[in-house]
Amino acid sequence: MATSLVGTVWCVFRRDLLLAVRKPADVATPLVFFAIVVSLFPLGVGPEPAVLRTLAPGVLWVAALLATMLSLSRLFAADYADGTLEQLALSPQPLTALVLAKVLAHWVTTGLPLLLLSPLLAIQLYLPVEAFGSLLLALLLGTPVLSLIGSIGAGLTLGLRGGGVLLSLLVLPLYTPILIFGAGAVTASATGLDPEAYLSLLGAFLAVALGFAPWATAAALRISLD
Amino acid sequence: MLEVVNLACARGDRPLFRDLSFALAPGELLHVRGENGSGKTTLLRALCGLSQPAAGDVRWDGRSIREQPETYREQLCYIGHGNAIHGDLTPVENLQFEGCLGAEDRIEAKPALESQGLGRVASLPAKLLSQGQKRRVALARLAVLNRTLWVLDEPFTALDIRAVDRLLATLARHLDRGGLCILTSHQEVTVADWQVRTLTLG
Repeated sequence: MATSLVGTVWCVFRRDLLLAVRKPADVATPLVFFAIVVSLFPLGVGPEPAVLRTLAPGVLWVAALLATMLSLSRLFAADYADGTLEQLALSPQPLTALVLAKVLAHWVTTGLPLLLLSPLLAIQLYLPVEAFGSLLLALLLGTPVLSLIGSIGAGLTLGLRGGGVLLSLLVLPLYTPILIFGAGAVTASATGLDPEAYLSLLGAFLAVALGFAPWATAAALRISLD
Repeated sequence: MLEVVNLACARGDRPLFRDLSFALAPGELLHVRGENGSGKTTLLRALCGLSQPAAGDVRWDGRSIREQPETYREQLCYIGHGNAIHGDLTPVENLQFEGCLGAEDRIEAKPALESQGLGRVASLPAKLLSQGQKRRVALARLAVLNRTLWVLDEPFTALDIRAVDRLLATLARHLDRGGLCILTSHQEVTVADWQVRTLTLG
């Protein structure tokens, strides 16, 4: 029993990354969805730079939100179906830590690629260059919160029929503060204001979610397994 | 030493069994029998602490497993209906992950697979394996994890005759070392010269 908690957490994290490498389609789907949704807006509202510039922060954030949501159902589904989740729950290591590892891997394979793709799509929406820094920073602080909050919903709706729709109803309302402050930070920078207050609030959300969400998800998973 | 005290389990509103009490000492094997739907899997899951019983208690070394979940899980290996094998990982990778989850420091996945006769497929994606081979990968976990209490749900499913004999020999060695085992099966279980206790549900 010498393997430390950190060792086991690393194992869980590495396994999920390895699976993402073996099945790149799972990583690509939300990313392509993100790109398509953002690209639809110039087509829908017309190519006016002034209009698109105003819309850009909101559009990017809403698209990132929906793309993350799309990927949530696969967070625990395969492990639940093949019995791996039972083994996670029966590990001598605390389930909360193992959940955190899985959510972290989810962020690396979903939130991080969205973040890296966002400047490219921001150019398409005429977002001023001054706002790029706060867009990246806001997404860096905000997307992990999306993964963390989403994991609670994914845990609760595990094994339910029509779980996907229920998951959206459960999680989207909880995403609204992130959307408001995330888009707020980018808008502030784009209009020459200081985004610091928004970013600080996003950081606070991240700190709370890091402490609370894995614990809540672990409890939800134990209920789903019962 | 495992003790079950006045255990009652239900599925939804339907009671499956109640006032179930038994104790299992080191070197004992309990064969749980019963018709389909009589609550065998539910009992095993309650013994592992995966599902909460409606009433009663499960004790390990005299203390309720709810009071000492981590200590209990360090002693326990559960193999359920699901094999807990991911199709995109090789059997070696699957076993290493299971060993790591079980907090084992030395994980010898390859020898464990070879002892199950799976040496040649150890590096193939697990999705290419047959049902029986996947079951054997799951059973190789017994060798990777060094555990006292084995809880096996239908371990003989999909196994060929040689694999069944191999599992029975593994069980005999486990009991020899003072291990405990609870399993469900619809076939007769005879382990070398060990006395097999049976419990019939329903």
